[in-house]
Amino acid sequence: MTTTTADIATTDWRAQPRRRLSRRVAPALFLAPALLMFLVYVIAPIFASMRISLYDWDGVGKMTFVGLGNYRELLGDDAFYTSLKNNVLWLVLYMLAVPAGLAVALYLNQSVRGIRLVKSLFFFPFVISQVVVGVVFGWFYDPQFGILHSIGKLLGVATPAVLADERYVTYGIIAAGLWPQTAYCMILYLTGLNNVSPDQVEAARIDGAKGLRMLRHVVLPQLGPATFIAVVVTVIGALRSFDLVSTMTHGGPYGSSRVLAFYMYEEALSEYGYRMGYGAAIAVVLFAIMMVYISIFVVRMIRQDRGKR
Amino acid sequence: MFPRPIAKARPAVRVAYKASLPVALLVWLLPLVAVALTSIRGAGDLARGNYWGWPGEFDLVQNYRAVFVTSPIGLFILNSFRITVPVVAASVALACMAGYALAVYRFRANSWLFFLFVGGNFVPFQILMVPVRDLTLRLGLYDTTLGLILFHSAFQTGFCTLFMRNFISSLPHELIEAARVEGVGEWSIFLRVVMPLMRPAIAALSVLIFTFVWNDYFWALVLIQGNHAMPVTAGLNALNGEWVSAWNLVSAGAIVAAMPPVAMFFLMQKHFIAGLTLGATKG
Repeated sequence: MTTTTADIATTDWRAQPRRRLSRRVAPALFLAPALLMFLVYVIAPIFASMRISLYDWDGVGKMTFVGLGNYRELLGDDAFYTSLKNNVLWLVLYMLAVPAGLAVALYLNQSVRGIRLVKSLFFFPFVISQVVVGVVFGWFYDPQFGILHSIGKLLGVATPAVLADERYVTYGIIAAGLWPQTAYCMILYLTGLNNVSPDQVEAARIDGAKGLRMLRHVVLPQLGPATFIAVVVTVIGALRSFDLVSTMTHGGPYGSSRVLAFYMYEEALSEYGYRMGYGAAIAVVLFAIMMVYISIFVVRMIRQDRGKR
Repeated sequence: MFPRPIAKARPAVRVAYKASLPVALLVWLLPLVAVALTSIRGAGDLARGNYWGWPGEFDLVQNYRAVFVTSPIGLFILNSFRITVPVVAASVALACMAGYALAVYRFRANSWLFFLFVGGNFVPFQILMVPVRDLTLRLGLYDTTLGLILFHSAFQTGFCTLFMRNFISSLPHELIEAARVEGVGEWSIFLRVVMPLMRPAIAALSVLIFTFVWNDYFWALVLIQGNHAMPVTAGLNALNGEWVSAWNLVSAGAIVAAMPPVAMFFLMQKHFIAGLTLGATKG
């Protein structure tokens, strides 16, 4: 395109105001559809839930204001404490996915023939639905035909019916969840390892560093961003744990494997009548826990962003 | 490179490493191998208690046919596509525009809006459940695929916008400045200058969102009731409850349900991983 200075000079006074206006309005127009959808389906419902949590409501009839009644009821609800305790268990044990993912990544970070295929196959568990994972692990633990039972019989050890035993059920479900989550962390670390500066590693090697010391002092610091993302997605995964609980035990036996996400669903849409207000109160508690992590994440992103601009 | 390249190790170590790979892979994928094997196992095997061993009889065709004939899984799969494909298109399109706005223009609310999208993306689903279900009911969209599509599109827009904004920020800004100097309108810059450069990002996002939405189970439970609109995740779970001891059929169903995202992953592997690890490398 050829625009001469003469052209600009003659058209400038008319084109400029209009273009300036459009540049002002343009971002609003570009943003409007996404923002509208996001406000309607994500942001507004958060506040609506907070409001609903102050009411008694079956989802169709009249809403009765009960103030903090739902929260007061939560304080005396054993099922709530069981769910909360299990959520803590999930948060703690799910973190194992981070070092496990790192270990697998270190194991696979080689260049031999076919390693790319191996890496992608290791990532498989994350791609398939958690419902499938839940179904398969459910069979693993089957007290009659499960593989755990078969191995136990082979070794002459009595194995518990994991999913029917209040003592083990949550651990059994978390183990199933760790499988895809480790795969996720692995892929994050594999990418991170790709970007570790070879010069620094070589320099440290010349200085005699190797093995675990090299990992701790040279490699891990450079993997900081990968570790951060891995921790964030693992925390969120742990608090979102619904699919596995729902498919593997439905919260049982006797509600001992419930987590907040599942208990909320159960209360709000249970077969014994809908308690939307009470469910919303549970959701608000879960949200408050999650908010701690969301804030940490967002604050870090803001800092990073400021640094870049 | 860390760990030390295996090529520099002693030959014995090298051989041991290479030999360990397939073993590790087999152990790691044992659950999947089990499902695959069980899906071709004959009913006689299960009757004899052969749940984990090598199948005594192979009923590959029969099992898969039985799943499609005796259950609505064909319909479930179709529903999953009818939900997932529009969601991918809608959320990626919305995010292209929103991400562009956040990356290119400077205005006061810019970072606030960006963090609204980022933060909203991480909230637990449960805090949205009651109002979203209520809204969907009132729109008359409860128990329809459209109701599910609208929600997913809106929710995924958060992650997509984060992704697109970061991607567009990394493009050379001079390109846009040059186009402006040439007198190209804002919309044309977006469409003709920036969009062509966004192709890899669009591909990466599309596979990711496809997988996320395909694998969704919670919202299908909340917003769908009947088979006519049920996606395959919720459908499979229902079948698992119905066919308690017909492991071979449930396995075949599980394989069918897992196939589309797995195929997607294999076809677009590079994009998938690039999308997923976004931000894991930048400090």
